[in-house]
Amino acid sequence: MAAPLSVKVEFRGGVELLFDGVKKHQVTLPGQEEPWDIRNLLVWIKNNLLQERTELFIQGDTVRPGILVLINDADWELLGELDYQLQDQDRILFISTLHGG
Amino acid sequence: MAARQEVLALQAEVARREEELSSLKQRLAAALLEEQEPTPERPVQVSPLPSKAALSRDEILRYSRQLVLPELGVHGQLRLATASVLIVGCGGLGCPLAQYLAAAGVGRLGLVDYDVVEMSNLARQVLHGEALAGQAKAFSAAASLRRLNSAVECVPYAQALTPATALDLVRRYDVVADCSDNVPTRYLVNDACVLAGRPLVSASALRFEGQITVYHYDGGPCYRCVFPQPPPAETVTNCADGGVLGVVTGVLGCLQALEVLKIAAGMGPSYSGSLLLFDALRGHFRCIQLRSRKPDCAACGERPTVTDLQDYEAFCGSSATDKCRSLQLLSPAERVSVTYYKRLLDSGAPHLLLDVRPQVEVDICRLPHALHIPLKQLERRDPESLKLLGEAIREGKRDAQEGAADSIYVICKLGNDSQKAVKILQCLTAAQVLDPVTVRDVVGGLMAWAAKIDGTFPQY
Ligand SMILES: [Zn+2]
Repeated sequence: MAAPLSVKVEFRGGVELLFDGVKKHQVTLPGQEEPWDIRNLLVWIKNNLLQERTELFIQGDTVRPGILVLINDADWELLGELDYQLQDQDRILFISTLHGG
Repeated sequence: MAARQEVLALQAEVARREEELSSLKQRLAAALLEEQEPTPERPVQVSPLPSKAALSRDEILRYSRQLVLPELGVHGQLRLATASVLIVGCGGLGCPLAQYLAAAGVGRLGLVDYDVVEMSNLARQVLHGEALAGQAKAFSAAASLRRLNSAVECVPYAQALTPATALDLVRRYDVVADCSDNVPTRYLVNDACVLAGRPLVSASALRFEGQITVYHYDGGPCYRCVFPQPPPAETVTNCADGGVLGVVTGVLGCLQALEVLKIAAGMGPSYSGSLLLFDALRGHFRCIQLRSRKPDCAACGERPTVTDLQDYEAFCGSSATDKCRSLQLLSPAERVSVTYYKRLLDSGAPHLLLDVRPQVEVDICRLPHALHIPLKQLERRDPESLKLLGEAIREGKRDAQEGAADSIYVICKLGNDSQKAVKILQCLTAAQVLDPVTVRDVVGGLMAWAAKIDGTFPQY
C-alpha cells in the first residue's frame, strides 16, 4: 500500500488553457495499492482536473505530441517516461512547445 | 473671429504637411528598395567568406567594447567577421536577432522571409518601419541592417524556405537560426540542418512565454529527438490568435543572438541539450534538461529514415505559414456572407446577432447591436449564458411578426469560432435546451465586415 503523495503539477505554454487558465496545482494523490507513476497521474489528471476536450491533452495512455513532460526540471525521457514512480514533493511540468515568432 | 481664422489656417497647413509627409514616405520606400537587387529567381550564389588575418583601425574602434572581453578578443572578432548565419524568418525573433548580429560584426547574414510587412507587425518586428509596409520583409530587414552596419553582407531571400531549396541554402551558412512561426518550417529547418551538419539555434514565443534551445550541436539532440511527432494541427496557436508581446519576442531574439555569437566566435553555446523557458508575466527564467540524442531518431539517429527533405506540410497536416486556417465545419446553406447580413440588417428583419469572441477582443471593437457570449461559455454550457441566450430568443419571437422565421446569426473575428458556435447551438436546440431557431454564421466574420462593408470598423 503506497502512502498518499503531495505533488506539484504545472501546465505552461498554453496547456493551462485546458485547465481554466490555472497554471499551478498542488495535488494530493490518495494512497493506493500500486505505487503512483506518471501513467496513473495522467488518468488522475484526466478524471480530476481536466473537464473538456481531453484529446487535446491525452492521446491513448500518454500525452499528445507536442507536450513535453518534465519531472523536477528534467525531460521525462531521462527518467522512464510513463513508468517513472512519483516521489512526495515532485514537480511535474507539462509544457506545450510554442511555434510563434 | 481671428481665432477661428487661425484654426482654419492651421488646419490647412497641417493637411498640406501631412500630404507632403506621405509623399516623402513613398519616395523613401522607393529609394530604400532601389538599393536592393531585383528578387532573384533562385537563391543568390554566395561565395565562402575569405579568412581574415587582422582587424582594421576602424574595426578596432567600432568593436572595441567587445574586443576587450578576454573570452572574445581579437581572435573571436575575426571569427565573427568570417562567419555566416542563416536567419529563417524576419519577424519578431528574426529582427532583434539580425540587429545584434549585424551590430556585433558577423560577416554575412542570410535573411529568409516570404512575407510582406504589415502594420500589425510593427509592434514587435523592430527592423521594419512604416515606410516599408507592403514590401518584402527580407528586403526591408536587409535595408535596415545595411544602415546599421554597412560592412555586414546581407543576403535577402524573399521566398519561403521549401524542401527544394532548404538544403542548398543551409549548406552555404555556418550557423542557422530558426525564427519561423509554424510547425512544418521547424521540421524542415531541423532536417536540413541535420543533413547539412549545421548547428540550429531555435526560439519561439507566444503570449507572455518564450522558449529557446540549440539543436544538433556537438552530439546533442535535434528537434526530432525531442519531438518525433508533430502536434495535432488544432492544438497549434499562432500569434494572431493567441497574441504576443513584442518585448517577449525581443528577449528571445536577443538570447538567440547570444547563442549564435558564442557558437560563431568559438565559445560554444549554453543551451545545447537544455531548454530555457521564459515566463514574462512572472519575470522567471527556468532551464530544463533535455534528453540526449536519440539513437533511433528519424533524422539524426543511427539509421535515419529522413535522408532527404520531404513534404512537411503533409507530415504536419498544416501549412507552412502562421496565417489563420479556415475551418469548414458547416454546409454553405448554414452560412451567409457579410453582404447578405448587411442587406438583412438594413431591411430591419428581426434576428439576433451573436458575437462569440472572447471579452478582450470585444473590448477592441464590436457591432453595437450584437449579443455577446464567448464561445468558451457555450462550449461548457454555462447556465448563466444559456439563460441570457434563451431570453434573447424568446424576446425576438415576441417582436417578430406571426410566422416570421426566428434566426440567429453568429459572428466572430474570422469565421472559424462562429462555425463551432453554430454546431453547439444546433445541439442545444435539438436537445430542446433552447427554443427552435435557425442558426447560421457569417463567413469571414468581423474582419470581412471591416474589409467589405464598413471601412471604419477596426481590423486587428
Ligand atoms: Zn534527432
